[in-house]
Amino acid sequence: MTTNGSTNNGDVLLDVQGLVKHFPVRHGILQRVAGWVKAVDGVSFQIRRGETLGLVGESGCGKTTVGRSILRLIEPTAGKVYFQDKDVAHLDKPELKAMRKDMQIIFQDPFSSLDPRMPIGTSIQEGLNVHGIKGDEADKIVRRVLEEVGMHPEHARRYPHEFSGGQRQRIGIARALALRPKLIVCDEPVSALDLSIQSQVLNLLDDLQKEHGLTYLFIAHNLSVVEHISDRVGVMYLGKLVELADRAELFANPLHPYTKALISAIPIPDPTVKRDRIILEGDVPSPLNPPDGCNFHPRCPIAVARCSQEEPELRRVGSASTEHYAACLLVD
Amino acid sequence: MSKTTGQGALLDIRGLKTYFFTEGGVVKAVDGVDLTVRRGETLGLVGESGCGKSVTMFSVMRLIGQPGRLVDGEVLFDGRDLTKISDSEMQDLRGNRISMIFQQPLTSLNPVFRIGDQVAEVFEIHEGLGREDARKKGIEMLRRVGIPDPERRAQSFPHEISGGQAQRVMIAMALATNPELLIADEPTTALDVTIQAQILDLMRELREKSNTAIIFITHDLGVVAEMAENVAVMYAGQVVEYADVKTLFAQPRMPYTQGLLASIPVLGETRERLAVIPGTVPNLVDLPPGCRFAGRCASRIEYGLTLCTQEAPELLPVEEGHLARCWLYHDHPPSGFKAPLATGRARDEAGRHWSGRAS
Repeated sequence: MTTNGSTNNGDVLLDVQGLVKHFPVRHGILQRVAGWVKAVDGVSFQIRRGETLGLVGESGCGKTTVGRSILRLIEPTAGKVYFQDKDVAHLDKPELKAMRKDMQIIFQDPFSSLDPRMPIGTSIQEGLNVHGIKGDEADKIVRRVLEEVGMHPEHARRYPHEFSGGQRQRIGIARALALRPKLIVCDEPVSALDLSIQSQVLNLLDDLQKEHGLTYLFIAHNLSVVEHISDRVGVMYLGKLVELADRAELFANPLHPYTKALISAIPIPDPTVKRDRIILEGDVPSPLNPPDGCNFHPRCPIAVARCSQEEPELRRVGSASTEHYAACLLVD
Repeated sequence: MSKTTGQGALLDIRGLKTYFFTEGGVVKAVDGVDLTVRRGETLGLVGESGCGKSVTMFSVMRLIGQPGRLVDGEVLFDGRDLTKISDSEMQDLRGNRISMIFQQPLTSLNPVFRIGDQVAEVFEIHEGLGREDARKKGIEMLRRVGIPDPERRAQSFPHEISGGQAQRVMIAMALATNPELLIADEPTTALDVTIQAQILDLMRELREKSNTAIIFITHDLGVVAEMAENVAVMYAGQVVEYADVKTLFAQPRMPYTQGLLASIPVLGETRERLAVIPGTVPNLVDLPPGCRFAGRCASRIEYGLTLCTQEAPELLPVEEGHLARCWLYHDHPPSGFKAPLATGRARDEAGRHWSGRAS
């Protein structure tokens, strides 16, 4: 699947091709495999150096699995992940270790992603030690990254419970930054935070990107947040990427019926706005047994007969001037 | 807030204080809350975690457990003080005239009973119906909240249904007795956005058909804008601003509300940079003197106000039907809601024309 088009420039930092991750479902005493959860089912996209690609979708759509497969925190079932033109999926251990220095992750829950029995400085240092940076040099880096995320270097000796949720998320970001990575996968980095803290962390991510030329894969379910931070946005539904376009294009001119419904469902904090809401019927089907044809057809307001038979590919749509991709038989 | 609405108050909370007596000290979770809800009104109660919005409503329902205690205040429901009536009288009201739905629908349902039986039970308890009649009415209720094929679904156990369906079942149970007041505590927070749209749609539809007053607790300003007629903003255990929904979003007065509205990304509005409220919520065990928001308040810092960190402001009108707990808008000592608009001592202290800045 090279449908997501132009690999024309050397600017592509990450190239994901046909990523698949199926989890086995086991049953009974013998733990026989009774079925497969198709968490990610053929996802392709690229991330350019220095950009933020937002990945949105509802729970269970596979967005987190995509993020973790890219880092090989879970082994993909099939597909290729090229990071700086090397296939991450086929690296041996030492190569993978070297590559991980360039790819870091920030998790959603700042409470469970830090070891409660370890001073936060030690948590930040762990990654450095693994990569052979120790002693004074490591200490120096810890102090520097703590300052970069807006905390005091002296905080390094404190324990996670002494910090608030927002501060812990800053510590998580400091840990990801310590090795000077090129790509950071941000997996719902602000959804556990309170409103007044969210904007502090979003602005910090923004500043750090500008300062260090970082590339982000920003995974979130909150479309407003994704719209704010992303350069381009991909929408996932039931293990597939259904639409991908520039931020402004996607939100102004969504083409896939799922994206349209998703955007229309967001409550806007302005009581004077009246909108035509597309209410989708029913629930998201189980990825254990996804519908035939287009995944979305049982809930799609515009589905026709062939949607239940033919599987749409992600392909270039819309006007020639914009790079807009959608996986829908009825969109051109 | 008896000042906001004169007559027809269904629920009138006056000076409510609910404290938690923990080993680490007394947590003043709710510390002097006044709120009024009319019949048929939808009130949005917003604030960040720990601001006391849920504890306020749990206090109304008398669902506060150890080590928490309601230490002061009145909760007048249809003229009767709920803090004074007996447990059995309260039990008669709860789930009958006042209902509540929660954030986690699946944990609110009993996992070992079929959902049809759980809805039917409401009719058995509150209307004294027999088994078969209650079952029929239960199924009717499930149909009303949009559960497809309710006869068959009534046979399901909670683990067999999705979160969105479970919230529909909760709503069916809550509305089964035609309550006068429905307290909805973050009813859509745990749901996906397309499912949230379904539930909000359902709640709007049911509201139109009944005259049920709804208190909608949420931290999502979008949901408030969509559902509420009036909004109370809470911060650190107190109501800090109250207005009708349009006024609140168009002309927020309290710097905390202003900061919140400026700090959230809004779909369709690209903001280069989000406004930031510095710092974090104060510790509810050891509250600062003066205004609880003072430490983070951009206006206080900008004007270098000292009064804010010394004396606590009261919740007073800044214009008809719009209240704010802020020294920028009233006198000291407070002369009640007759205080002329925005002539507060703090504003004089600031020596600048606030309204010129706010517009």
